[in-house]
Amino acid sequence: MAEESNQTITDGLNSKIPGGPVGDKWTTYKRNVKLVNPANKRKIEVIVVGTGLAGASAAASLAELGYKVKAFCFQDSPRRAHSIAAQGGINSAKNYKNDGDSVFRLFYDTVKGGDFRAREANVHRLAEVSVNIIDQCVAQGVPFAREYGGLLDNRSFGGAQVSRTFYARGQTGQQLLLGAYQALERQIGLGNVEMFTRHEMAEVVTIDGKARGIIAKNLITGAFEKHFGHAVLLATGGYGNVFFLSTNAMGSNVTAAWKAHKKGAFFGNPCYTQIHPTCIPVSGDYQSKLTLMSESLRNDGRVWVPKTKEDAKAIREGKKRAEDIKEEDRDYYLERKYPSYGNLSPRDIASRAAKEACDDGRGIVASGFGVFLDFADAIKRLGVDVVKARYGELFPMYQNITNEDPLKTPMKIYPAVHYTMGGLWVDYELQTSVQGLYALGEANFSDHGANRLGASALMQGLADGYFVAPYTVGNYLAGEIFTKAIDLNHPAFVEAEKSASDRQKTLLGIKGKRSVDDFHKALGHIMWEYCGMARSAEGLTKARKLLQDLRKEFWSDVLVPGGLNEFNPELDKAGRVADFIELGELMVVDALNRNESCGGHFRVEYQDEGEAKRDDENYAYVAAWEFKGMDADPQLHKEPLQFDNVKLAVRSYK
Amino acid sequence: MKFKLKVWRQANQNAQGKLVDYDIDGINADMSFLEMVDVLNDKLIKKGEDPIAFDHDCREGICGMCSMYISGRAHGPQHAATTCQLYMRKFKDGDTIYVEPWRARAFPIVKDLAVDRGAFDRIIAAGGFVSVNTGQAQDANNLPVEKAFAEKAMDAAACIGCGACVAACKNASAMLFVSAKVSQMALLPQGQPERTRRALAMVAQMDAEGFGNCTNTGACEAECPKEISLTNIARLNREYINASVIAE
Amino acid sequence: MATAAKSNSVFFKSSIGKKVVMGLTGLFLISFLIIHATINAMIFYNDGGVTFSHWGHFMGTNPIIRTLEIGLVAGFILHIVDGLMLWKQNHDARPTKYAYSNANANSKWYSRSMGLLGTLLLIFLVIHTSHFWIPNRANQFIHGEELNLYQMMLDIFQVWYIVLIYVLGCVSLFWHLLHGFKSAFQSLGLNHTKYNKTIDIVGTAFSIVVPLLFASMPLVIFFGLIR
Ligand SMILES: Cc1cc2nc3c(=O)[nH]c(=O)nc-3n(C[C@H](O)[C@H](O)[C@H](O)COP(=O)(O)OP(=O)(O)OC[C@H]3O[C@@H](n4cnc5c(N)ncnc54)[C@H](O)[C@@H]3O)c2cc1C
Ligand code: SF4
Ligand code: FES
Repeated sequence: MAEESNQTITDGLNSKIPGGPVGDKWTTYKRNVKLVNPANKRKIEVIVVGTGLAGASAAASLAELGYKVKAFCFQDSPRRAHSIAAQGGINSAKNYKNDGDSVFRLFYDTVKGGDFRAREANVHRLAEVSVNIIDQCVAQGVPFAREYGGLLDNRSFGGAQVSRTFYARGQTGQQLLLGAYQALERQIGLGNVEMFTRHEMAEVVTIDGKARGIIAKNLITGAFEKHFGHAVLLATGGYGNVFFLSTNAMGSNVTAAWKAHKKGAFFGNPCYTQIHPTCIPVSGDYQSKLTLMSESLRNDGRVWVPKTKEDAKAIREGKKRAEDIKEEDRDYYLERKYPSYGNLSPRDIASRAAKEACDDGRGIVASGFGVFLDFADAIKRLGVDVVKARYGELFPMYQNITNEDPLKTPMKIYPAVHYTMGGLWVDYELQTSVQGLYALGEANFSDHGANRLGASALMQGLADGYFVAPYTVGNYLAGEIFTKAIDLNHPAFVEAEKSASDRQKTLLGIKGKRSVDDFHKALGHIMWEYCGMARSAEGLTKARKLLQDLRKEFWSDVLVPGGLNEFNPELDKAGRVADFIELGELMVVDALNRNESCGGHFRVEYQDEGEAKRDDENYAYVAAWEFKGMDADPQLHKEPLQFDNVKLAVRSYK
Repeated sequence: MKFKLKVWRQANQNAQGKLVDYDIDGINADMSFLEMVDVLNDKLIKKGEDPIAFDHDCREGICGMCSMYISGRAHGPQHAATTCQLYMRKFKDGDTIYVEPWRARAFPIVKDLAVDRGAFDRIIAAGGFVSVNTGQAQDANNLPVEKAFAEKAMDAAACIGCGACVAACKNASAMLFVSAKVSQMALLPQGQPERTRRALAMVAQMDAEGFGNCTNTGACEAECPKEISLTNIARLNREYINASVIAE
Repeated sequence: MATAAKSNSVFFKSSIGKKVVMGLTGLFLISFLIIHATINAMIFYNDGGVTFSHWGHFMGTNPIIRTLEIGLVAGFILHIVDGLMLWKQNHDARPTKYAYSNANANSKWYSRSMGLLGTLLLIFLVIHTSHFWIPNRANQFIHGEELNLYQMMLDIFQVWYIVLIYVLGCVSLFWHLLHGFKSAFQSLGLNHTKYNKTIDIVGTAFSIVVPLLFASMPLVIFFGLIR
């Protein structure tokens, strides 16, 4: 193990941060990492749950190294993980534009963007390997956008002042994932990875305090399967669907992370939720998900609402149209409030500003929750063709959903839940508080602090999978070469399987009156109302009670059709929603504990004229929660955050 | 809006399936097709019936999971759109709508409208990649790619692996899907070293999976939600001819 | 990567190999159609079959042409056998058909009906060769003498239903070519934005002109415009 001169062990948490200056930590770590010789690697089995950017890249890389890998995903193909949805791009400190970017600046921006709630050492490592990610992806044939000279194109994204975002049309996530997926399929073809699609992890199996395998449900047959692994990696994505409506895919869930949590893995900063400012507003009760309109739209679009409530009302009632509001009667509120960043203000700020405008009665869609994103000026300046070419895929997508042409009338947008910065607490090695259990990608809490910058999640997922986990997991596995595969009849496996299958039987047996979706929607309403863009002690306290009631109701009144031993998506959904309800309560507890406003966590009690007020004195820590039983309060462990390289400052975008 | 649905119900791969009629009312024109099915399923569940199983995930036309043959067309009547991007305003009030799964020997039915597209994964595993291990890459800009080629490669790479091409093709041929990946790689310098191997291996796997052959009807291109072009199939033919007849 | 053997048998058994054979033989048969149509068009000299018989004799006796004829027969057989194999593969690829399919929304009926059109053409081919080619070659083989094809034509095309069969054969040929001509280029990978338009125009023109020319022959004879 790397030397750990200034490692922080507080409160039972060991973050295992290597010593030395922040810029040398990763190098030092790699220099000292323990290795497994090739002959031994073949005897070691690694389980990777999830095949998104983080999981697919990890599974492929570990298999390339020679480990025996088993990979799992709940979709019908590893290629469909939710990472495919990312449109905007991926950051990298390549400085190909010669505009002053560097590893340090990406590190700095990420720590600052995260509102000083991320671990410096992790973020620096992320910025360092960001450079290798682009190399790797290009080598795989990822068709990034290029300039006429044949070299890679970059754009500025999500409020960054340098152009460091690489992109592949509006399909960056898809193309990056296909790169990783193809690497994974190659290993499958070579027999180094065994792939289990349409499988859902239902339990983590721990033996003597170490993760030793999982119970997975074969979603087609309904059968539970036991799988042994010397280490278990969870790359199962984020939990934004706790809000029911979010930009996440329908199947995105917290189940794997939550099961791990219940088996001893601490949950870090669960309340940090990112609300993305540019989504298509909710149009009706039937709505199943929200669609994100890429943030890049804010490069040319101007956000506004009418200055007066009367005008807004007239628009809502269809008596006036956007075009009828004169220039001087419009409030370009982002430009007004944040003159230097304007429409490109960070996500949390732009989202909150939209909420304020709508709470003020100036929303412009029927529900009252929507603002304009107007391209009229850009069209005047650049011409229709340029604008059309720039947003080639986005405009038709918007038009298809809403039946309105953004070239003719302003888009209507509203913030929606998009990303969860919180997740399983992990140390520098991405190991959770359970030995041998790792969390990668959006599933962990690690690198984004209280707010994630645009184009940084793809970067983090791939950093974890390609370049971090192969080293850090190896470091652990070096100590496991004498561990023989554990018999699947070991009581720990048998018990875990039984508990998973019992739970399903219980769900089917309730035969209540309300469908799973009913409960999910109810959960979403509570979370959005009290634990969404603005939170208060009062609301959160109330929410906790509501959630406890909802949980009881769920377990006594849910109606799950079908049987056990068949393809039964409703049953699977029921299990996920049950976990979401429990997670929701933890989020509320965490939000209530954090008496400050930072990044995606805004407590109305803590603000300065509408601006978030951080409390570095008392809250510059990671809140890692330990599960203590269903009806006991979770226990808080604090990992203090130390900032040696980035000066703690008020995050001002004025 | 009001519709009469005729939905294919089949308990599992080996069960006998049949079309079942459902009447549905109170549908909003702004609903997506899948949301309409959600509404129907909610009703079925509350009536104690088995809801209709179907695949879906992202619901924004990018994951390629949704897959319904609607009103006689793969992904329904909307051009260049997936099932999840189909909105009810595309239909007329009172329409009768047939909903069937993708039908192909290579895509066995899992349940109702959900099918197993593992064949596509196996085709990719056979050769749809560049063999480069993590860490072996050179600096990204050491490999310039002519913009026109980069764009064409991106056009081909846009395939989401949904299988609509197979579903729409009268021969259940997977040629468009395979050609998209072969083309992407053939157009990029990264793909050159394995070019012949790739074409041979992917086509061999495609044939082994039991897909039909291409007779150039163009149905795939017309129904592909990502508008993958037939020129890719021509390129695949060239690649394959080159690999098996010309290359040494 | 699974290594597919590069042997020729693999090529010909593969989907693309079959397409290539289909396209190549198709183009070969198209070239035959040109010659066939040209020579038959000699009847339009309306010179009592002098020019026609001159060329007919050349085609029937020239050793090079006679050798090529073997290739032609092989071309037909390959095209037909390959077509049947394609049909089988494609039929098996979808064991359960759609209950309702609106295929016209995405493709042309004749593109989807090449097997059917091909079968009709095969039936026509049998009728046609048993009218002319088979008796003629049989006579050459047995008696060493060519038959008077011109006269045979005049005789045979006096019967209305035979004329009808020939016209219908040409209609099938039209549809078959309308798809087949362009399709052959696509199968051979000859698809290029610069030339697609040309292939398209030539293909369509060819599919119209050649069958029209053929169909006009029995008609003009039937109506006594040529004797
Ligand atoms: C609409 C949208 C746009 C975005 N745009 C950008 C962008 O432009 N730039 C950027 O950097 N980030 C973007 N993000 C964020 C980014 O896409 C995600 O954070 C990131 O891709 C997550 O990757 P992942 O590998 O951690 O998880 P995912 O890709 O979500 O993968 C999760 C995997 O886990 C599996 N899984 C989950 N639960 C289980 C279980 N219980 N059992 C078995 N398997 C399970 C799934 O099958 C899947 O394979 C965007 C996100 C959204 C929603
Ligand atoms: S080629 Fe088109 S239709 Fe076929 S799988 Fe790809 S995206 Fe779907
Ligand atoms: S559900 Fe993802 S493409 Fe339709």
